[in-house]
Amino acid sequence: MTISTTGTPERPATDLGFLLHKHPDRKQSFPTSHGTAHVLYPEASAERCTAALLLEVDPVALVRRGKGKGRGGSPDLALAQYVNDRPYAASSLLAVALSSVFKSALHGVCNARPERAEQPMPLRIEVPALPARGGADLVRKLFAPLGWSTVEAVPVPLDAQFPEWGDSRYVQLTLEGELRLAEALRHLYVLLPVLDDSKHYWVSPDEVDKLLRAGEGWLASHPEQKLITTRYLSRRWGLTRQATQRLELARLADADDIAVEEIDNAVAEETETAERPTPLAEQRREAILGALRAAGAGRVLDLGCGQGQLVQALLKDVKFTEIVGVDVSVRALTIASRRLKLDRMGERQAERVSLLQGSLTYTDKRLTGYDAAVLSEVIEHLDLPRLPALEYAVFGSARPRTVIVTTPNVEYNVRWETLPAGHVRHGDHRFEWTRQEFRDWAGKVAERHGYGVEFVPVGPDDAEVGPPTQMAVFTRVTPDDKHTENVKEVKVA
Amino acid sequence: MSTTAEAAPSTTAPRRLPVTDLSLVVLIGATGSGKSTFARRHFKPTEVISSDFCRGLVADDENDQSASRDAFDVLHYIAGKRLEAGRLTVVDATSVQSESRKQLVQLARKYDVLPIAIVLDLPEEVCAARNAERPDRAGMPRHVIQRHKRELRRSLRGLEREGFRKVHILRSVEEVDAAEIVLEKRYNDLTHLTGPFDIIGDIHGCRSELETLLQKLGYEDGAHPEGRTAVFVGDLVDRGPDSPGVLRRVMGMVASGNALCVPGNHENKLGRWLKGRNVQHTHGLAETIEQLEKEEDSFKEEVKDFIDGLVSHYILDGGNLVVCHAGLPEKYHGRTSGRVRSHALYGDTTGETDEFGLPVRYPWAEDYRGRAAVVYGHTPVPNTSWINNTICLDTGAVFGGKMTALRWPERELVDVPAEKVWYEPVKPLLTEAPGGHDGRPLDLADVAGRRVVETREHGRVAVREENAAAALEVMSRFAVDPQLLVYLPPTMAPTGTSKVDGYLEHPAEAFAQYRADGVAKVVCEEKHMGSRAVVLVCRDADAARERFGADGPTGVVHTRTGRPFFDDATVSELVLARLRTAVDEAGLWEELDTDWLLLDAELMPWSLKASGLLRQQYAAVGAASGAVFPGAVAALEAAVARGVEGADELLAKQRERAADAGLFTEAYRRYCWPTQGLDGVRLAPFQLLAVQGRSLAGVPHDRQLAWLDRLVEHDPTGLLHTTRRLVVDTGDEASVQAGIDWWLEMTGRGGEGMVVKPLDALVRDGKGRLVQPGIKVRGREYLRIIYGPEYTRPEQLAKLRERFLGHKRSLALREYALGLEALVRLAEGEPLWRVHEAVFAVLALESEPVDPRL
Repeated sequence: MTISTTGTPERPATDLGFLLHKHPDRKQSFPTSHGTAHVLYPEASAERCTAALLLEVDPVALVRRGKGKGRGGSPDLALAQYVNDRPYAASSLLAVALSSVFKSALHGVCNARPERAEQPMPLRIEVPALPARGGADLVRKLFAPLGWSTVEAVPVPLDAQFPEWGDSRYVQLTLEGELRLAEALRHLYVLLPVLDDSKHYWVSPDEVDKLLRAGEGWLASHPEQKLITTRYLSRRWGLTRQATQRLELARLADADDIAVEEIDNAVAEETETAERPTPLAEQRREAILGALRAAGAGRVLDLGCGQGQLVQALLKDVKFTEIVGVDVSVRALTIASRRLKLDRMGERQAERVSLLQGSLTYTDKRLTGYDAAVLSEVIEHLDLPRLPALEYAVFGSARPRTVIVTTPNVEYNVRWETLPAGHVRHGDHRFEWTRQEFRDWAGKVAERHGYGVEFVPVGPDDAEVGPPTQMAVFTRVTPDDKHTENVKEVKVA
Repeated sequence: MSTTAEAAPSTTAPRRLPVTDLSLVVLIGATGSGKSTFARRHFKPTEVISSDFCRGLVADDENDQSASRDAFDVLHYIAGKRLEAGRLTVVDATSVQSESRKQLVQLARKYDVLPIAIVLDLPEEVCAARNAERPDRAGMPRHVIQRHKRELRRSLRGLEREGFRKVHILRSVEEVDAAEIVLEKRYNDLTHLTGPFDIIGDIHGCRSELETLLQKLGYEDGAHPEGRTAVFVGDLVDRGPDSPGVLRRVMGMVASGNALCVPGNHENKLGRWLKGRNVQHTHGLAETIEQLEKEEDSFKEEVKDFIDGLVSHYILDGGNLVVCHAGLPEKYHGRTSGRVRSHALYGDTTGETDEFGLPVRYPWAEDYRGRAAVVYGHTPVPNTSWINNTICLDTGAVFGGKMTALRWPERELVDVPAEKVWYEPVKPLLTEAPGGHDGRPLDLADVAGRRVVETREHGRVAVREENAAAALEVMSRFAVDPQLLVYLPPTMAPTGTSKVDGYLEHPAEAFAQYRADGVAKVVCEEKHMGSRAVVLVCRDADAARERFGADGPTGVVHTRTGRPFFDDATVSELVLARLRTAVDEAGLWEELDTDWLLLDAELMPWSLKASGLLRQQYAAVGAASGAVFPGAVAALEAAVARGVEGADELLAKQRERAADAGLFTEAYRRYCWPTQGLDGVRLAPFQLLAVQGRSLAGVPHDRQLAWLDRLVEHDPTGLLHTTRRLVVDTGDEASVQAGIDWWLEMTGRGGEGMVVKPLDALVRDGKGRLVQPGIKVRGREYLRIIYGPEYTRPEQLAKLRERFLGHKRSLALREYALGLEALVRLAEGEPLWRVHEAVFAVLALESEPVDPRL
């Protein structure tokens, strides 16, 4: 990136050198935690002066963080850690370099020219490859309220040879305006990582203090303050994410040339928080609890328990004497365990609950003998051809007395204002059914396995399109041992 | 030679107390009778658990009687752990009450070891005097000893009835002093015998087949010239034509030390008949009785003694081999109890009976995770196969199947066919692995947790729990139906690191490695840069339904982790349809006598499947570098023009970096092109893996490629793409150079590189080890995508050359063996769970930590 200013004989542009505390006629280099930062001046006259900060990222230093654990003489990392944009993009690494190389300037300290540090000066800042999640629009929204007269953000195409790929996440940023240099640097210090929004490069634990200091005088009144704060601090989640990151899954993603997010997505990034309970999820849980109580169930399986919201609700009612949360995602179970505070739970409570990794496409002896099983918003996450396996595992093998299944009613989707027509409600939904489709399936399942089934609407039951969620309550009618004839023929060639 | 030198210090002759080497020894005696001293003298300190010590553990005071309850809990717990681990254990407590002994007898039974009692029945005065010498017991009232003595007296006669299998009573100080413990090996412990062995499956009176088999194994008149030992797994008799003949042969070999034999359930029943018990003459016993009636009584007597002396199972070869009749879970190995004997003879059953009225056998082998190989018989199967380190050798000779032997430690199978059906089976021999249910759905226990998969080509392959967990997630959420997922391709190791200037990989090392492995002819195959695709194509939907239980699709195209290649099933069907046409036209259905083909292939362009990754990662790197360098270089040029010190050096470096970034962008661009539907899509098959009833993974690559070339020729649509190849003689310098030139030329034009494979596909080296099925040699430019734009810089190359390939190579071999195993299991018509087990293990191994750039 470059910082330029113009000047007059009285107030020469070369004062920039004093303000930045870097001599205009020498190349100066500084080691940083991830490589070397160079400062030099492509031009330095009384009229115009430009300082360039060039960060040479050492890719080897970048991966050294995870040193030693992998087999094959290299850190135990997924491929993406080795080939990435960090050596080129103006990321949080640049912000860190900026704060250490121009430390005094950032604090507005200049012993040689204290008066100039206090005053606004004409500045032009260019950042050639700024990763900007949210695109050029957001860049403008973030910088414009800060007193910059020109905020130019030109998107960089991904690859000129493949125009169909569209723009990359980088913009070429040019800022112009009359600002104090310290202010300008602080804007960059905070907003570069905010725009980068990278999960992987967490900086240090005292980020809140740093943000408060760097944001002094401008952040409080910024219209996008919330976004800036959330994103800036959310980088701290990088830690939690890394802690729960499943390198095993990352390797399987590598094997298929896909990003790990495409398969390690059992837990939504925006998790349902206590402050923002979605009313439908709440209603769904109430409906499930009601049905379980009506069935008199005490020992309950939550199949596909995800982050354990339902398990948590079940724990609050002592009538549920044994609650088993089952999910195939180890990450989901880790989060569920944390949410339930399993490690700090009182003994009597802890005895009632357990979490297991399991899969509903395999029969599982551990799941037999329970009063009830709940499959809340689970079946739609399975490809249709795999549904018979789930059906057998639950209704044929585990065979609880009561089975409760909820799934979205696709007819209702037209009532979601935010949902574009024809879209499913969640990226991982493999299908969404109409009421008729759900009833057909449930009816056949009940018949095949000796269950009766009733349907219950969940949420507002729209006269035309029905409720947003549909629920089926299956109750076993035949004796427990009369199901073997339903064993599916599964011999291979 | 004088015998007088042996001056006996005691008036009592030494008294030998036999103790089985795995048993629970219970010392019984009043306080002060000297149990602890006795234990110290005869046993290792760690073998003895005393109640006093346990009291100290839980209450800081060895004499705190109020802590007795907890102390005994601890004592039982420790004793249980020791017995479970198979260690001799001595309990040093008074044990004068029958209630306390009962608990110990139960403990011994729980772990199937013998309870042994050693009683120190010393006079009251002796006990009292000894206690008086101990400060901590000096104050003990006399009536305690008296009570102990009373209780002991009441107990003495009933100890055997309580379940103690040996009872030694020492009644005086002299007897105690003269006692000597003699450790006896268990009868089943033959760990010192290392064979080599020839373990022979169920015979059932098939004398002639037995003789043929013995001959084939190299035995001459019941003895092996190389000193091998035959081991019979039992069921020598019943149903067949000459049970006495078989008995005579086996008994002779056992007597002369050339064979070992464990009893089968049929011997057991015959033995009971010989003893005059009332047994039903069913299941072929009638035939044996009839045959035996023609024999001398003395022979019958010999048979009776022989059967009487048979030991339920043997532990052989340092504990690596367990032989018994009906299979044995690990916790029973080397144990001695009625339960163990019954299990060894009859196996475990679920308690149900099947439609033929036969007991349903519990699939114990599926649960087996033991270290020792268990070789057994009892359950007739058409073919033997290892499951979890167990193998059933009963291949139904008497029912017209074959008689099978296993060479140990070679693990080679030797069999001879039955001469005829000697006896009609009640039910048909099942075409399934022993222990497997017929066509049951997949169970979590088939895949989850730490597992070991037996492979024919590479022995046992272990899967760690965390890798199985990751595979479970991907398999459950993303993979195609396991019925269609019969194979996953193995990872491949790269060539040894090159020392050639500017190169990290170069073909010279690959050729050299194969030459060192003794592989003369290799084939270099062009490596297509796309995405790996495994294609199962069936002749029609009916074939797919019949062979794979698929409801609707005519096959599948999946990625290397088992995900459907195309999100849209109709596109997948379109690919299959074009492929099917090519197979039709090439006439391969008939030629290979199959209605399905399984192909390993590469699907291009790379951008088709990997577009997300391309955009997020590779093109992004290109875009960022493309945006940053022009400005950086311009700024540096200006600084150099101004004469800024040190700027010129930095400028030169940035120019080089910019050039490298440009080459990186070019590198990935080569593997991207736009597609529309199937237009622009290319499928390059490079191996025909399997057809109905046959794995083709061992077919030499030239024949393989000839089949595939015919497919490409007969595809009018342009979908199928040929794989260019060159055969190289690793011993011929010119040929090797031609291979190198070929690679240089191909990668120079932007090719990804090549894979070098032994021409004969499945090859072993001089030591009998599996040779790498392929070694990839990736092009210099292609590797920028993997190692980063600037990897060719000398300082980076120097670092990268330190890469270590051992783990990757081992992983490649293990995955290869699992893939082969899946194909063979599929070919042999094994149940789904057996095929899936191997396929799942490949996926799990793919999540093992290994440098992802290799």
